[in-house]
Parts: sequence; C-alpha cells; structure tokens
Amino acid sequence: MKKGQTTGAKALIKALESEGVEYIFGYPGGATLPIYDELARSPIKHILARHEQGAAHMADGYARASGKVGVCMATSGPGATNLVTGIATAYMDSSPVVAITGQVSRSMIGNDAFQEVDTTGITIPITKHNYLVENASDIPTIVKEAFHLASTGRKGPVLIDIPKDVQQEFFNLREGRKIQLEGYKPTVTGHPGQIKRAVQLIKNSKNPLIIAGGGIVNADASEVILELTEKASIPVVHTLMGKSSIPNNHPLYFGMLGYHGRIAANTAVNRADVIIAAGVRFGDRSTGPLNTFAKQAKIIHIDIDPAEISKNVPAFLPIVGDAKKVLAQIMKLLPELKHDKWIDSLRKVDAEHPLPFKTEGVTIQNILRILKEKAKNPVLVTDVGKHQMFAAHYFPVDMGRTFLTSGGLGTMGFSVPAAIGAKVAVGEKSVVDIAGDGSFLMTCQQITTAVQYNIPVLILIMNDYCLGMIHQLQDVLYGKRYQSCDLEKIVDYAKLAESLGARGIRVTKDSDIEPAVLEGLSNNRPTVIDFILEEKPNAYPMVVGKSLLEYVE
Amino acid sequence: MKHTISILCDDTPGVMTRISGLFSRRGFNIESLTVGHTEVAGKSRFTIVVKGDDNVLEQVRKQLQKQIHVLKVRDIKHDLTVEREHALIKLKVNDIQRGEILQIITAVQARIIDSTDGTWILEITGNSMHIDNAFNLFRNYKILESIRTGKIALERGEAGSIT
Repeated sequence: MKKGQTTGAKALIKALESEGVEYIFGYPGGATLPIYDELARSPIKHILARHEQGAAHMADGYARASGKVGVCMATSGPGATNLVTGIATAYMDSSPVVAITGQVSRSMIGNDAFQEVDTTGITIPITKHNYLVENASDIPTIVKEAFHLASTGRKGPVLIDIPKDVQQEFFNLREGRKIQLEGYKPTVTGHPGQIKRAVQLIKNSKNPLIIAGGGIVNADASEVILELTEKASIPVVHTLMGKSSIPNNHPLYFGMLGYHGRIAANTAVNRADVIIAAGVRFGDRSTGPLNTFAKQAKIIHIDIDPAEISKNVPAFLPIVGDAKKVLAQIMKLLPELKHDKWIDSLRKVDAEHPLPFKTEGVTIQNILRILKEKAKNPVLVTDVGKHQMFAAHYFPVDMGRTFLTSGGLGTMGFSVPAAIGAKVAVGEKSVVDIAGDGSFLMTCQQITTAVQYNIPVLILIMNDYCLGMIHQLQDVLYGKRYQSCDLEKIVDYAKLAESLGARGIRVTKDSDIEPAVLEGLSNNRPTVIDFILEEKPNAYPMVVGKSLLEYVE
Repeated sequence: MKHTISILCDDTPGVMTRISGLFSRRGFNIESLTVGHTEVAGKSRFTIVVKGDDNVLEQVRKQLQKQIHVLKVRDIKHDLTVEREHALIKLKVNDIQRGEILQIITAVQARIIDSTDGTWILEITGNSMHIDNAFNLFRNYKILESIRTGKIALERGEAGSIT
C-alpha cells in the first residue's frame, strides 16, 4: 500500500487543534487507541471521565458555560451507546458538542464484530448531523464541517464515527474531499418587513410581554433583550432554559412560566395582548395545555430554527433569525414606551401570590438563600427533579451563561459531570451544583474526575431520601399512593464523597448550613455537602388543570 | 390528504435513512418513494407520496429542510406538476385471450417488451390513474407478477430547479 504523510488519527488531532480545542472529555477503548496515541503528543488536554455518559455531559456543560464547542470521545459499541444520553441531552437543549467515536475497522462493519454498534444509525435522531468516516483523507474536512454545524444556526451535537483502520490509514493531506454544506444556510438576520411589523405590533400593544427562552442564552443575547425590556418597559417571563436571560433581580423580571411557573408569570401570559417569544420552542412544560395557552395574545415568534415556528403554538408574526440580531433590529426601530398600568397589575398578582419562602430550617429555600448570600453570582448547575424547580424559583442568577440545566430531555444525572465541564470552562468563577439525592446517585462516580484534575466544584445534595418529584406527583395526582420513590436511608453521601477523594460534609441542622457552604466555596477542592432536609416539600406552584391558571400553590 | 413531496438532496450514504426516518417517526406510511440521479452530478431527487395530517406533514417538511444534505423540499401541487409512473406486468397469455389482451394493450398504450413461454411482460407509462386503469383492465387475466415504480414528478416552469 502506498504510504502518505499522515494518518487519520494524526489528522484528527491536528484538525481539533486548529479548531481551538483545549479539552477533550473522554474514555478510551480499543477502537480509539490510535487517537489516544496521537493525543499524547498534542497540547489538547484529555479529561478522563468515569463513564462515557459523564464525558458527554462534561462536554455539554463546558459548551453551555463557555459558548464554545465541547468535545467528547468514546470507543465503539458500549462506549458510543453510553454517550447517547449525553448527546440527546445536548440535542434537546441545542448545545454545541462534537462527539468522536471509534468504530470497528471498515472490513468488519456489519459483521457483528466485537464492540460493534451502528453508531451513526443510532444517533441520527439525536444529532444535528453525523458522519461515518470512510477515508482518512476526509477527516480534515469533516472536522471542519462538524465544528461549523455544531456552533452555527441552531446549535447542537454532531458526531464523527471513525473506524479504527481509518485512524491508522496513511494519506496525503491534499487528497481530501471538499466541504459539502450547500444545503446548510441558517437565516441569521430577521426579515426587515417582519421586523417593522413586529415594531408596529409592540407599539400598539397595551400589555406586551417577553417570553425569553434558552435561545437567548445560546445566542448571548442577554444584553440586547435587557436593553429592549428597559427601553420599551416590557415585563419578562422565561422558560426554564431562559432563566438567565436577564438578571433575576430586575424589576421587570416576573419569573418562570409553565407547569411549575410563578403565578404572576402564568397570569401575564394569559393576559398579554402581544407576546415576544424569543428563543423559545414552546415546549409542553412551558405552555401547559395548548388550547388554553395565551389566547389573548398575538405572538411574535423569534427563532433561528424555522421548524420551531408554529410547531406547537401558532405564530401571528414569525421572525426567523438569530435572537441577538433580531432583537437588536427591533430595538433600533422601537421608541421608548411605558406600560406602568400593566406592570403594576402584574406586581399586584405577584404580591398576592408570593412564592412560599422559608428563611429557617434545613429547607431547600433556606439553603439557596444562604448560598446566594455567600456565593454571589456563581454558575448554578442543577439536576432534574424537584430541587430543579426550587432552584429555578429561589436562586436569582445573573444574566448570561449562569444557569445550566437539562431542560428539554430532563436527564437525571446531568449535573455532576456538567458542573465539572462548566468549571473547566469558567476557571476562577465558582460553579455550584444543586442536585437531588436520586440524581446525584446516577453519576456521582464522576467526582473522581474532579478530584483527579483538581476541578473544584461544589455539589449541594438536597437529600430527602426519596425521588422528590415522583413523590410529589404521587402525592398530588395519585392519591398519595407512593410507589418506588423511596431511596431509604442507605447512603451517607459525605462519606461517599470522602471515599471518592472529595471533601464531604453532612448538614443536619440550620446553623451548620452557612459554615458548610462557606467551606465548600473557599476550600478549592471538589466538595459535596449532604443536606438532610427536614421535610419533603412539594415544589409549588404546580399546574393541575386545563390551563396555566388552574394550579395548586 | 395525499401529498407529493419532492426532495432535492446530496447523493451521500445515509441520506435515505435520514429522510425516511423523519416520516416513520411521525407515523407516516410512505405510499411510494422513488429516488434517482439528476442532471447535476452528486445530486439526487426523491419523489415521495404520503397520506397524512396536513399540519404534521408541514412539520415533517420543515424537519426535512433542516437536514444538512437536503437542498430543497417542496410539497408539490398536483395541477402544477407533470407526474409519471412506470409499471411492468407479466401476464400468462393463451390463444383464446390473446386478441382481447392485444386490444387492451392498444387502448392503454402499453408495449410488449418480452414474450417467453406463453408469458408477456408489458410496460405501461402514465400518471398514476392511468396505471391504475391498466391494472384494472388486466386484472381479468392472469397476472403472474407486477411492479410499479411509484410516482416521479417535476414541477412545471422554473420552480424547483437546482440552480
């Protein structure tokens, strides 16, 4: 065989370097060994996860916190299937991740070889695009395409599956194929006619409302939306993913809408006459029953993905484009407006239905209150469940990439590895993970990665010894017939953390919360605080009826 | 309602799975699917016939459009397109029926393209209704095997062209 200048593995690492990749979160295996061999000679740092799912969440957390593409890597077969949950999580929340998987050699594909699985087949529905590399010479082009696809338009994960013999194949650098992205042209700038119509609608509106979604965070559009909000004095509510769109202590901020939404937020949605929905996809957790959602409102739907327009909620005025660009275009044409009466009416609702706040005891509210006092503006990562809803309501975050959560897929186990990835991205800034005991137990082994590379994340476990959200649903909707939600008092999480090499602290009384939090924030090592909650509080408000305004509080 | 979707895409491995997967995920049963090369190297055209809810299909069309290798997706209107389908029918022919069959062949503008051991293979081209008619007429005789290509369609005028 004619030999060339470079190998597939070498070309892959070179291509990743030229994309500016600093970290790969991965787990080696037989089918990626040639890549690992090259990685040893590269400035790219490899962070060894303890399960491939963790590697994917770490890359995702890194991407969410930094806005850069996160890279994860796994071997063929089980390595690839273990990535699947993490890739799907990134896909649902439009997070830019490039996943690299090893594959069995070309001659063995389709033969049920050892550790063979149809990785590209499995991941078609959960990636923006994927590749099975057939020739080593295509690698430079494919990597370039993959990074471009992952980080532009509606962001999302892209997978590159590389057979082992392709990694070892020699080739000459000029042999590769050309970039083939003719069919990919995301619309970035809003249509000027639609922008004018939107401005007109907003000007004529008495009760305008902004619904901010994850797209605002993804597009780094916080500053623009804040400016627009203030200029036109439009109240803002947000989806779970859009929590950090504007500072949560802003006077025009009215909290989260949806199934667990704040009453003022859901009321605003129902009373608004014009809704500017920016970077939202009207997921079912946010809208509640569609036939009663925002019936009074003309909806201006701004999204980069044309497939989201009128998917769930019909748009009165669709604007396809990047949220940052489109909002800036609108702002330029919009005069200063006042909506004092409308805002006052919402404040009144909010005053009548305050969130149940607790300032004492080992309760989630109190823990979050003390954390906010001590940590100021950390990057808050949450897991999935009841504590997630509490975090969304009770921990005011700053705007930007400060609130990371698995909103779309709702992946339990997301937070520990995602926090590790986020901490790698943000450096000095503190990263605090709010986890439930159930979700913590799903991926807690990843803490050893944080210990190995000294990535000091602070993990707070809201420990009620049960699957809280399941408990709550069985309480409210299934006549208190609790079934398989009891985790029992088995694990001592502080000891578990210590044995994994981290600092572990157990908190059972009120007065210990503050010192524990302070230690965790300042000791510069991975720390787990196990808060033994004194009760199993339900996360209210909670919609139980046929519209967002039929709720338990 | 029945829809004819015309898709122009890159001719790459896996593009078929990506396209058909989007239909099956929404519970659409594809009635017919044809694919072939176009006048431009590296580009293929699919013609897919599906029946289903208009709103859901519109969503599928948008999702198709999002596929990286898909260049154009059009839900094409019957009256603005030229449609053709091709069919092969293998008939058992005996001396008594030969005359009748020849008359039908003339009436439906079919052609005999093979005659082996008392069987004929006929080819028929036309729009789908024309093919349906032909099948109805030949059904009275002994059809041994048959195959239809499924519909191919092009829009009239300049709509849908590659450049």
